[in-house]
Amino acid sequence: MLGRTADGLFWMFRYLERSENTARLIETGFRIGLTRRTGENEEWQSVLQTAAVDDLYYRHYTQLEASKVIDFLLRDANNPSSVMSSIATARRNARRVRTAITGEVWGAINDTFLYLKQALKRPVSTRDLPVLLSTIRQQSQLVRGATHGSMLRNDLFDFCRLGTFLERADNTARILDVKYYVLLPSISQIGSNLDNIQWETILRSVGGQRAYRTVDRGDPCPKGIANFLIFDGRMPRSLMFSTSKIATNMHFLEKVYGIRLTSHDHADQLIARLENGNIERVFEEGLHEFISDFLRDTARLGTQIESDYRFRE
Amino acid sequence: MVAMEHVFDEMTGTGNSPLPSYQAYRAWFDGENLSDLRRKSRDAEDFFRRTGITFNVYGDHEAEERLIPFDIVPRIISAWEWSRLTRGIEQRVRAINAFLHDIYHRQEILRAGRIPIELVAANPAFLPQMIGAAPPKKIYTHIVGIDIVRTAQDEFFVLEDNARTPSGVSYMLENRETMLQMFPELFSRIRVKPVQDYPINLRRSLAASAPADCDDDCTVAVLTPGLHNSAYFEHAFLADHMGVELVEGCDLRIIDGKVAMRTTEGYKPIDVLYRRVDDSFLDPLSFNPDSLLGVPGIMGIYLAGRITIANAPGTGIADDKAIYSYMPEIVEFYTGEKSLLKNVPTWRCSEPDALAYVLEHLDELVVKEVHGSGGYGMHVGPASSRRERTKFAAKLKARPKKYIAQPTLALSTVPILTQKGLAPRHVDLRPYVLVSPDKITVTPGGLTRVALKRGSLVVNSSQGGGTKDTWVLED
Repeated sequence: MLGRTADGLFWMFRYLERSENTARLIETGFRIGLTRRTGENEEWQSVLQTAAVDDLYYRHYTQLEASKVIDFLLRDANNPSSVMSSIATARRNARRVRTAITGEVWGAINDTFLYLKQALKRPVSTRDLPVLLSTIRQQSQLVRGATHGSMLRNDLFDFCRLGTFLERADNTARILDVKYYVLLPSISQIGSNLDNIQWETILRSVGGQRAYRTVDRGDPCPKGIANFLIFDGRMPRSLMFSTSKIATNMHFLEKVYGIRLTSHDHADQLIARLENGNIERVFEEGLHEFISDFLRDTARLGTQIESDYRFRE
Repeated sequence: MVAMEHVFDEMTGTGNSPLPSYQAYRAWFDGENLSDLRRKSRDAEDFFRRTGITFNVYGDHEAEERLIPFDIVPRIISAWEWSRLTRGIEQRVRAINAFLHDIYHRQEILRAGRIPIELVAANPAFLPQMIGAAPPKKIYTHIVGIDIVRTAQDEFFVLEDNARTPSGVSYMLENRETMLQMFPELFSRIRVKPVQDYPINLRRSLAASAPADCDDDCTVAVLTPGLHNSAYFEHAFLADHMGVELVEGCDLRIIDGKVAMRTTEGYKPIDVLYRRVDDSFLDPLSFNPDSLLGVPGIMGIYLAGRITIANAPGTGIADDKAIYSYMPEIVEFYTGEKSLLKNVPTWRCSEPDALAYVLEHLDELVVKEVHGSGGYGMHVGPASSRRERTKFAAKLKARPKKYIAQPTLALSTVPILTQKGLAPRHVDLRPYVLVSPDKITVTPGGLTRVALKRGSLVVNSSQGGGTKDTWVLED
């Protein structure tokens, strides 16, 4: 397998995941704007921060304005993380590695691209936004489904999965990073319930508002939510879930190639921190530090994978 | 341009009832409903767009990938016609390989005075670096496309030889796949020779041409200029269907005297490279120094016999239109037989008598540049105005060596499906040929290009041409 192919698959799936995450963030911001009288602008500000494009936004706009933020996140070519840019990048990578993916996976990503190109030709009206956002999520699930149903479980597949889960771990950690102050005991008294709007946005942006209700009886307390997003291995967008998937795929690569590399050590450290940790200790030692470390370590792992497996010369 | 009543239609000949090869198809067609077929035709286009069977147009934005229109009426060739064509194609391809070997070695054909020396020596497609080189298993052109046109029941002509990099084979395969999906019942009624073995045969054929010191398990790869090349889809398609890596120049480097590709586990040597990169970009050390598409040093490895490059560098000389005009002599010189396939009569404007004739008949001849391709700089007599002819005559007189001329042929027609039903349109045919050390394989079928505009003789996809599935019937 070519290093360039590993590169293409890894980034194809990172960008596919990113498009879905960005769509969720837009959905969250939009929803808050509809149901709340106040706090809408702060919400868009933190959405931009979570997507790590706030600086970029202010380079093009002076005012924080819902319609502009939505357009910027949805279809702006100046924003490499906009849904349209992400899907275009995912597809470009898919074309680069056309021989490494099945016709079904290619068909699904190509379909998604063609659909969005049409749907995002012009700014999207508020009325059309909900349907569009849910279609974006469905399309991304279609690609994932085609990948699951048709790809060989070999090293190619491992690089697809690594891209998916590194991006996802990064995204969930960012949500926590931007919102950590909401979860801090100093602001909401220990044991007290969070302002509904806050926990709703956090859970909504990982598509976990319903799941949380069934898992922890839905007590919207800071610890409960933080635990759900960090340590709950049942929750498919939690740090624990994403990290354990990364560890599994790293392990497969070690077995297939018969060689252990630096990136394996990094991956082991990442999963060990979660497996040996618990929410009490995280709160004691500082949620913010924990998340910062996690973000730094996933970035380091990503870079190490790229060099260990010769993505580029 | 050409009066329709003198044109041979492959479905009905010159009469009204279908010829034997089309009878079964026509019987099926007459039982179908036109609007259903029109819908199927739109489905086919959708299918092509979704599977990404598109070509890029140079200079256009990435999003501007275009589709080549596909017509759902197959072009049908009888087993007998095909076996005749095949014999002619095999003979021609054998001669082309012998010719290439000769002009890069002893140049017997030049010594014998059968071809003027300057036609080779001054030809930009002739690579002096290849003189005396010994390509593995002596094969120069591994993959060949011979463009053939038909003018009557038994009249086939070779229009052009593509010994350098014949493209379009992915369309042959995808057209068949589309037909199988849309009209499965047709294939149970009519027995059509399969084309789907092409990628496997290609891989076998390439592997068989590996350097002598390779073991059975040799590594084949396809070299593409990359995503932005107009034929990128085809490069990916072929690598995918052969089950080999699709590499770019940036994946390759020379390691331990072999060309090697960067894999996730380190550099791995390549034995056979099916390159879709032009000669001049292949090696910046030997050719165009600015090329980023090739591999620095690959020519050295090649000349040392440590990699097979398919097709060999320098093969393009056989595609030259002035060389083409000598093809009957070339076939005879190397095979000792008369050429089975006819050339289109060609006037070489370098010869004074021919030039005089061409100047007198500029209103009916097609005049082409000898090194040209893609129809650039071409004069089409019947479509020209008096002023254009005067202007072209001046160009021709100034540099006669640059041109050849041919009659405007009455290309055969095959019906396409239009709003109102079947309507005849002009076609050509490109069969694909694989050359391996022990045999020559002609895939039964090929790419039929069709001019979609009524009366038009231009089948190029860049000018509104489309494609058809090509059926060769079983005996």
